[in-house]
Amino acid sequence: MERPLKQIHLAAHFPGVNNTTVWSDPAAGSQIEFDSFVHLARTAERGLFDFFFLAEGLRLREHRGRIHDLDVVGRPDTLTVLNALAAVTTHLGLAGTVNTTFNEPYELARQFASLDHLSAGRAAWNMVTSSDAFTGENFRRGGYLDHADRYGRAAETIATARELWDAPNGRFTHHGPQFDIAGVFDVPRSPQGHPVLIQAGDSDAGRDFGAAHADAIFTIHSTLEAGQAFHADMRARLLRHRRGADELRILPGATFVLGDTDADAHERADVIRHQQVGPQTAIAFLEQIWGRDLSAHDPDGPLPDVDPDPDAVITRGRVRHGDPAAVAKLWRETAEAKKLSIRELVIELTGRQSFVGSPATVAAQIDEYVQSDACDGFILVPHLTPAGLDEFVDTVVPLLQERGSFRTSYTGTTLRDHLGLRRPDHAAGRAAAS
Amino acid sequence: MSTLRLAVEIGGAGHHPGAWRHDDAHPGRLVDAGYHVELARTAERATLDFVAIPDTFAPPPAALPPSARGRLDAVAVAARVAPVTSGIGLVPTATTTHTEPFHLSKAIATLDYVSHGRAGWEADVSRTEAEARHFGRKHAAPAEDLYAEAGDAIEVVTRLWDSWEDDAVIRDVATGRYVDRDRLHPIDFTGAFFSVRGPSITPRPPQGRPLVVVRVDDDPAWVPAARYADVVRTSAPDLETARSFRARIRAAVEAAGRDPDAVAVLVDIATQLGRSADDAQRTWNELDRLGGRPWRPESSRFAGTPSGLADLVEEWFHEGAADGFVVRPALLPAGLTALADGLVPVLRERDLFRHAYPGRTLRDTFGLARPASRYAA
Ligand SMILES: Cc1cc2nc3c(=O)[nH]c(=O)nc-3n(C[C@H](O)[C@H](O)[C@H](O)COP(=O)(O)O)c2cc1C
Repeated sequence: MERPLKQIHLAAHFPGVNNTTVWSDPAAGSQIEFDSFVHLARTAERGLFDFFFLAEGLRLREHRGRIHDLDVVGRPDTLTVLNALAAVTTHLGLAGTVNTTFNEPYELARQFASLDHLSAGRAAWNMVTSSDAFTGENFRRGGYLDHADRYGRAAETIATARELWDAPNGRFTHHGPQFDIAGVFDVPRSPQGHPVLIQAGDSDAGRDFGAAHADAIFTIHSTLEAGQAFHADMRARLLRHRRGADELRILPGATFVLGDTDADAHERADVIRHQQVGPQTAIAFLEQIWGRDLSAHDPDGPLPDVDPDPDAVITRGRVRHGDPAAVAKLWRETAEAKKLSIRELVIELTGRQSFVGSPATVAAQIDEYVQSDACDGFILVPHLTPAGLDEFVDTVVPLLQERGSFRTSYTGTTLRDHLGLRRPDHAAGRAAAS
Repeated sequence: MSTLRLAVEIGGAGHHPGAWRHDDAHPGRLVDAGYHVELARTAERATLDFVAIPDTFAPPPAALPPSARGRLDAVAVAARVAPVTSGIGLVPTATTTHTEPFHLSKAIATLDYVSHGRAGWEADVSRTEAEARHFGRKHAAPAEDLYAEAGDAIEVVTRLWDSWEDDAVIRDVATGRYVDRDRLHPIDFTGAFFSVRGPSITPRPPQGRPLVVVRVDDDPAWVPAARYADVVRTSAPDLETARSFRARIRAAVEAAGRDPDAVAVLVDIATQLGRSADDAQRTWNELDRLGGRPWRPESSRFAGTPSGLADLVEEWFHEGAADGFVVRPALLPAGLTALADGLVPVLRERDLFRHAYPGRTLRDTFGLARPASRYAA
């Protein structure tokens, strides 16, 4: 028997502080004015998306000891923007990335319960665990948390938050290695019971944390096969945590470029990649690996002959790559084999869009990923603020609807309704807390 | 001649502890966005300076049943209200004792963005062990320490607001640079309670610096108020107390090297308005009965007619006892509607209060210029 079509879940990621976001395009708008957030959120709601998504980074990124100035810099406070967006949307879920290392559970539980009330049940929390001392310099707690302890603190944070959300009459006591707290929680149970919990982090510890606690996973997977493998891995982990396969949504981040025809789309994609990797960005990208000043090198020329400085850490506040010498060797070989300049190589390495094609092609690909269990949908990352999602909503969404795998109207009111997730049982919480 | 300031505090079912039991109160709606939006819009219709949204980490009063407890994060409420209002100032309370100054700074800056320049921040402290136990990181501390820490927190928050110069985003395609990093400044604050490196992750807010409000009831609050407050709130049971306080805080502001005329001193007043003085007093008595005891606020109190309250406001204002008031209606939302439909029309008739907002931002409303960043060359 043929199984019924899986329903696709879609989210809109506000363009972030990395070189995916093209700020140099004449159509690129403000990254901070509220109108930009309103535009993207309303577009997502017009397209019947599950939720709007905001990332977080608590210290400006640095490159060679100075603030990295080639990408978008600056962002708002996550929760404040989401509460404001609740006023100008009615159904769209509102997902915020908020760190567990530089916050305390009482305040976090209160903030997310407040968002859930003020949005009438549309709140989601993407729990991230970054704990580097670099970011810690902005906080009274500093960077005190060992990398190995980050998920311990995160797990105890979510356990504690749930105790507060479930506390009968608000009374709670929690004794644990991270938190020893007691008192009264003053926010009544919110419409969703608990906000939707999202996890983003790809390590073994991160996956296990997600399988144990999350309602959704934000991940990155470049191929269908990698997605299927991840999906299967998460399924096994869910089982080990005695959770059902239907209790977790897997949502990779994805970029896209549309065109009237596939050929048009590929042409546009090439232009966008060159916007994303300008000459200076190409050099800066190489400097991250080489650990040296490469500004004298021509971005349109060959890769540097010098080897990386093995000890230099010149980029802070962003993800680290592997062993510099090995990476440099591999890149040189690739560049030589394909006859690529520095900039062309960096474009080759970083600039790949997930979906490129006509609306029909992209709709078919997205549907294929979901129907073949590579994921349950996507968190789409437009390359332009604020109008980068308009075309997708106007052209791809109707085709997904025609295919029968995307909603034609919201059928519920809360984000849990959209994602097909159960509202957590209050009674279970009571029993656990008493 | 200065301008009369009027703000309203919108906390709980009303300022009177018996309010939640009253038939006109909506304790069940305290967690609904719509309730807060209605209140803010009423205050905006009355062209009040701002709504003060109180907040605390303290446990709710034990007498309140869970159904009447609903208290939400005040910055969240202000942000939810911002896009559906256009003139009213939004001043949530956020405490400095158990929170991160870095988070506070970007939250209020972002409130300023989503409200197009109508944000303020009332800085408060957490005094009790009950609050400390919600965080488990330190014990309750003496007021001296709490206000010293609050002063440091305000210093950090305001430095972070300034840490991006106004024109830091340059989008210079030729050089590939999005920002001019020479216009982004670390704040490098080190104090007795914390150190913060900066710069902020949020660009400088529309007002440059949202208004800072500090309540001064205790002695230790004088120092941060004199140094940082754009608005000082206080309790005063009578005109003489208020006048003497205002003179002293203005002197303290001057001693701190600031212009006292740029600092508004607002006195809290709990109100119940009625068609007649008797009518108002009857409602107050009814609230006392519902609350289980006669309740008298620490600050001044007025139960009477709108024109009676207008007389009081006019007298205190003209006598130099206050630049204005933060009205705390005994009962919400009725007490706020009574301000908008009763008090404010009388004040307008007497040419004591504005008919429309003078500009778009809260600074415009207060007649305060937008400050340059302290880091700008
Ligand atoms: C898709 C994805 C998105 C992420 N987004 C953020 C973010 O917005 N802010 C942040 O501080 N960390 C973010 N992270 C980092 C993770 O939350 C996590 O802290 C980091 O990956 C380290 O955990 P890991 O070792 O399990 O990967 C993201 C990670 C992934 C995989």
